[in-house]
Amino acid sequence: MAMTDATTARAEGASAAVIEAKGLNLTFETNDGPVHALKDVDLTIRKGEFVSFIGPSGCGKTTFLRTIADLESPTGGTLSVNGMTPEEARKARAYGYVFQAAGLYPWRTIEANVRLPLEIMGYSRQDQSARVREVLELVELSGFEKKFPWQLSGGMQQRASIARALAFDADILLMDEPFGALDEIVRDRLNEELLKLWARTHKTIGFVTHSIPEAVYLSTKIVVMSPRPGRITDVIESTLPAERPLDIRDSPEFIAIAHRVREGLRAGYEDNV
Amino acid sequence: MRKRFPALGPVLVVVAVILAIWYVAVIPMNAKWEYDQAARAGQELPFGEMVARTMAQDRPVLPAPHQVVIGVYEQTVGCDAVGRRMCRETTPLTLQGFGERIAASFTSNRSLIYHAGITLSATLLGFLIGTGGGILLAIGIVYNRAADASVMPWAIASQTIPIIALAPMIIVVLNSIGISGLIPKAIIAAYLSFFPVVVGMVKGLRAPDAMQLDLMKTYSAPGRDIFAKLRLPMSMPYLFASLKIGIAAALVGTIVGELPVQQGGLGVRLLSGSYYGQTIQIWAALLVAAILAAGLVGIVGLIERRVLKRMGMAA
Repeated sequence: MAMTDATTARAEGASAAVIEAKGLNLTFETNDGPVHALKDVDLTIRKGEFVSFIGPSGCGKTTFLRTIADLESPTGGTLSVNGMTPEEARKARAYGYVFQAAGLYPWRTIEANVRLPLEIMGYSRQDQSARVREVLELVELSGFEKKFPWQLSGGMQQRASIARALAFDADILLMDEPFGALDEIVRDRLNEELLKLWARTHKTIGFVTHSIPEAVYLSTKIVVMSPRPGRITDVIESTLPAERPLDIRDSPEFIAIAHRVREGLRAGYEDNV
Repeated sequence: MRKRFPALGPVLVVVAVILAIWYVAVIPMNAKWEYDQAARAGQELPFGEMVARTMAQDRPVLPAPHQVVIGVYEQTVGCDAVGRRMCRETTPLTLQGFGERIAASFTSNRSLIYHAGITLSATLLGFLIGTGGGILLAIGIVYNRAADASVMPWAIASQTIPIIALAPMIIVVLNSIGISGLIPKAIIAAYLSFFPVVVGMVKGLRAPDAMQLDLMKTYSAPGRDIFAKLRLPMSMPYLFASLKIGIAAALVGTIVGELPVQQGGLGVRLLSGSYYGQTIQIWAALLVAAILAAGLVGIVGLIERRVLKRMGMAA
């Protein structure tokens, strides 16, 4: 644990808890009996952290993210987002959510898609235009404002959907396998851009992924989860520096963290067999 | 640039095949009458002569295509439609004469243009009522579980009753409360056209998937925004597909509604044609009805392409 203590201490000293789960439980009633999607989950996410959730299918990582977003309701325990209940936080528009599919509206241009949340939240026309321009620049989509989604590649569509989640003033960004459907090369590039974007916006990011390298590369904290029941098996504070070129993935430090993630995943698997 | 009519060749071939089959069918359909006539007169009827005569009967069982076309001409700008005086004084071959005849045709109750106009007005009114009602009903069904359970079965049941049986009753009932003329026909047209709109709109308004609805929830979007910015635009392709069926159904409903009323319209021409054995008149009215339907569906299709193109949904 030596490698985690220093960073934990630094994070605690620097900032307050944004998301706090205590003894969180979520059970779905199905025809085959209850399914424990989340069991006794305790987790604190602090301001400005980049937290990845990794684990096999059915481990509850997406469910946990959706619970934070108030898209699912916990059946036990407490969960606070920005010191509020998830529902209050959602109504206060505390977070932007990026889904696995870009989910852009085909009848809206890229610009109009990014404008969608701003229209709903009642930003002034002038403010809308300024923000759309700003976030499209941030995700490097300037010049594609008037294009329709089908005219863009999958990676560009996903960037537009990230811009859409960034357009309004939410300081939390929740991302559910946003790059899962993209090929490796595009994914690498978007990972790099996401880190830059995080550094510039200082958002708190919750990021669900299947990929160990992606989780290790992006995160300040990696939450390893395992299924049946969905639970946290390990929380790893990353010791990688803030500045992360892509070739950091060949460094011994990176490999060591990736190894520990893999061990955590394996432990969760063995518990079940 | 893409060719403007890439399918023109095949389309012409199909039309030619249909016409050929039609002409061939005319011969056996009308031959019996010719042979009977010849036998009565005690004459031999050579085959070539018989074929020529089947194409030129006054009241054929099956009129030849050119007879139908001439019938349409006669009943639009020809002498039948515009009357003897105008027939003597004008010619349809000059632009002015043609214009005068068309103008006269609009008011002559022997003209298909006049009758098509009557049918068209009831069709359009019925289509508007049916579409408006259908959309409102669909919104009710999508947003209200009780409406879903209580309205939809009736909507389906309504379409299982043959309209030909229902139309006279609607007209009689409305007439007894003092409503006659355009409105009863429009209501029958609406009765037929609302159903495809309901089915299409319900499907369209329910088209957004769970993720798209979740996205709206993350914005804490109010219901009216979810409707206006997600459900409604998403339903547009479904709506237009329904409108094409709906407008054709409205035309059928109007024609059926005209049968018992006998106050003008293509339905009246069809019925009076069948009373007096005027098959060419029937076929001419049918052809005009078909042209009208094709035109209406075409206009809806044109609007569809415009709208969907603006929405970026049609290339």
